[in-house]
Amino acid sequence: MTTWQNPLRDERDKRLPRIAGPCGLVIFGVTGDLSRKKLMPAIYDLANRGLLPPGFALTGFARRDWENEDFAQVVYDAVKEHARTPFRQEVWDRLAEGIRFVQGTFDDDEAFDRLAQTVRELDEERGTGGNHAFYLSIPPAAFPVVCKQLARSGLANQDGESWRRVVIEKPFGHDLESARELNGIVNEVFPEESVFRIDHYLGKETVQNILALRFANQLYEPIWNANYVDHVQITMAEDIGLGGRAGYYDGIGAARDVIQNHLLQLMAFTTIEDPVSFSPQSLRTERIKVLSATKPAEPFGETTARGQYTGGWQGGKKVPGLLEEEGFPPDSTTETFAAITLEVNTRRWAGVPFYLRTGKRLGRRVTEIAVMFKRAPHLPFDQTSTEELGQNAVVIRIQPDEGITIRFGSKVPGTTMEVRDVTMDFSYGRAFTESSPEAYERLILDVLLGEPSLFPVAGEIERSWEILDPILDFWTKQGKPDPYAPGEWGPPSAEKMLGRTGRTWRHP
Amino acid sequence: MIIDMPTTNTAKVNAKIVELRQQGGAVALGRVLTLVIVTDDGEKTEEAIEAANEASREHPCRVIVVARGAREAAARLDAQIRVGGDAGASEVVVLRLYGELVEHGDTCVIPLLLPDAPVVAWWPFESPDKPSEDRIGQLAHRRITDAATDKDPVRALACRRSSYSDGDTDLAWTRLTQWRAYLAAALDLPPYEEITGATVSGEADSPSTDLLAGWLAAYLKIPVRRLPPQRNAPGINSVVLERKSGPVELSRLDGKVGTLRQPGQPDRRVALARRNVKDCLVEELRRLDPDEIYEATLEGLTQVEADAPEGAPA
Repeated sequence: MTTWQNPLRDERDKRLPRIAGPCGLVIFGVTGDLSRKKLMPAIYDLANRGLLPPGFALTGFARRDWENEDFAQVVYDAVKEHARTPFRQEVWDRLAEGIRFVQGTFDDDEAFDRLAQTVRELDEERGTGGNHAFYLSIPPAAFPVVCKQLARSGLANQDGESWRRVVIEKPFGHDLESARELNGIVNEVFPEESVFRIDHYLGKETVQNILALRFANQLYEPIWNANYVDHVQITMAEDIGLGGRAGYYDGIGAARDVIQNHLLQLMAFTTIEDPVSFSPQSLRTERIKVLSATKPAEPFGETTARGQYTGGWQGGKKVPGLLEEEGFPPDSTTETFAAITLEVNTRRWAGVPFYLRTGKRLGRRVTEIAVMFKRAPHLPFDQTSTEELGQNAVVIRIQPDEGITIRFGSKVPGTTMEVRDVTMDFSYGRAFTESSPEAYERLILDVLLGEPSLFPVAGEIERSWEILDPILDFWTKQGKPDPYAPGEWGPPSAEKMLGRTGRTWRHP
Repeated sequence: MIIDMPTTNTAKVNAKIVELRQQGGAVALGRVLTLVIVTDDGEKTEEAIEAANEASREHPCRVIVVARGAREAAARLDAQIRVGGDAGASEVVVLRLYGELVEHGDTCVIPLLLPDAPVVAWWPFESPDKPSEDRIGQLAHRRITDAATDKDPVRALACRRSSYSDGDTDLAWTRLTQWRAYLAAALDLPPYEEITGATVSGEADSPSTDLLAGWLAAYLKIPVRRLPPQRNAPGINSVVLERKSGPVELSRLDGKVGTLRQPGQPDRRVALARRNVKDCLVEELRRLDPDEIYEATLEGLTQVEADAPEGAPA
């Protein structure tokens, strides 16, 4: 028989959403914050938008001594509190019918056998058709044992038409070697095409919009290269500290936590060549290509900076320094601010420095990509009239207040010729973003549909560690990070790092 | 903020909008389209504005409401501007027309359209027989009608079919999307068998039921039977697609919960409540190109065989 063509599908029919086929989702680590604040609400929101299949099943696995109803109550509370879309009883009732809970620990064979049994029952009762995704919202140290258990209990077996997929969260290792090891462990049980690594930044509308901005417009692409671009700054700043997160963060630090995944992916989207098509394969090819051309700029003593926040006043509140936060040893050298310089060795980008910085307890919470342009080669004005003119810039704001700002010079009204920077702002608008889907919604749906475009593959992860590892090695030999006061934009060494070439960090 | 401007003209309204923008900072940035709502002035007008305000959260727009008042009165234009909290993510201009002006609403709309942005016209209640020949309809890239709110939905749907022009769409069609999505998704999966027969049942005056039948007829290329409602259930009641291994059936008898039945599989229940106007409007504003599927569906209506009101489904 020739391949089946669904008579009701028409590619011109853009109204019809793609609904995932019959399937279920099993979450490990349901008691965690991520699970309650992001995953469960995202699942409800998907259901509310009619994108989950009829008969969808959600199974929780945790140590707690819960019944199905107790777990359903936890999901209910999470949905009520955090869901983006309005609560609708009829949607909740359908979702609740498919909620199951399995109690157990990761080393408990019997518990996994019970989980396998539950999944089989769901196939019969709910018609999930043997299609199941396993979301590992657990520390990476537990990956090996959970993967082994999934293999042992037969949960990882996919036969015939049905599929099994695994979803994992960062951190994807702490250096190249450990990342390879982790990929090995996961790939032993699940083939690479069944592994979905979540980098929630890639699910954000604004990040996907970078591709639209660049490749759907004629306006930007001609100047999106070393001829016109002076440098690029990518910033992810948080105003919160690390209280309560010592277990995860100590010894990891800002570079591993944020630069390796989010910032390098943002840089990849900013720098890739136009993909042949928007197919997952071509997008990945381009991302890997540009990451392969990326090298850290040396000498690291001048091109990088790292810092650690001290105690002090921030935003009207007295806050402790990292070393006083609970759980951090008083001699911790974990960096809470990291800035690095990268170069992309392609014809398009040669000579353009890419400055990536991230930190905790900085001025405010903001993530943005700023493409700074060169000054006009000749200014036919008096020097006094352009004194206040800066560089043109295109700034893509990822969060919060998603949007795009363009900065350019404009004449100040009056009889004299004075040119000053002004900004032109496109904002998705606060109200507008209320309706734009959360990153997790998009990503969970993509997992269920088996659509891998927005998930980094093992190759990308390993490539990004290759970029970062030399810098991390250098830092371990440098002793303590530079201190900075809370609410500032990092240590003085960060300013110096750009100051050497006459540049300054943008005030985001 | 609501500003009333009794007995005015559009130049003053325009000036006021610019003034408000300057006072309040960047109120009007990022508007992507102008939505013109055409209605007779009355209580229901507010419902339509409310839906448009909510829809504007996804599609920031300028909303111009053309509310036609008493035709016998002296010609007059009353305007009202709403911005900020009273207008969602939009700015709303309500134009109340009286007397002879009622027939010339388009002349009041033109000066207020956003420059270089698409125009969408929406008749939330009664709509012209030929929307594309209506004077406001001619200004619009997309014309949204709603056969279900018409006094005579059956006649309204017949009008839609005879007067279709690129850019026309109807909320009765939008309300179907979820039904169509579940049916299409059901056929994405094995067994991959040809559909040999199709039956749709629903309320006699439910244009959505007719359109669903028309869509199936157009795409399955087989005659589709249209049956009266079962047990007086509201709106669309059920769809049955026959194939060799047994029927696929999607039914909704309480107006809220749908049940998907397939041979050899457990029944699956799914939330399938009638969609509200706001959701439909959001979906409509997402696309501004001609809806070829809707056109084909209107054509498909001729392939629908209506049954006399009695019997159980075949």
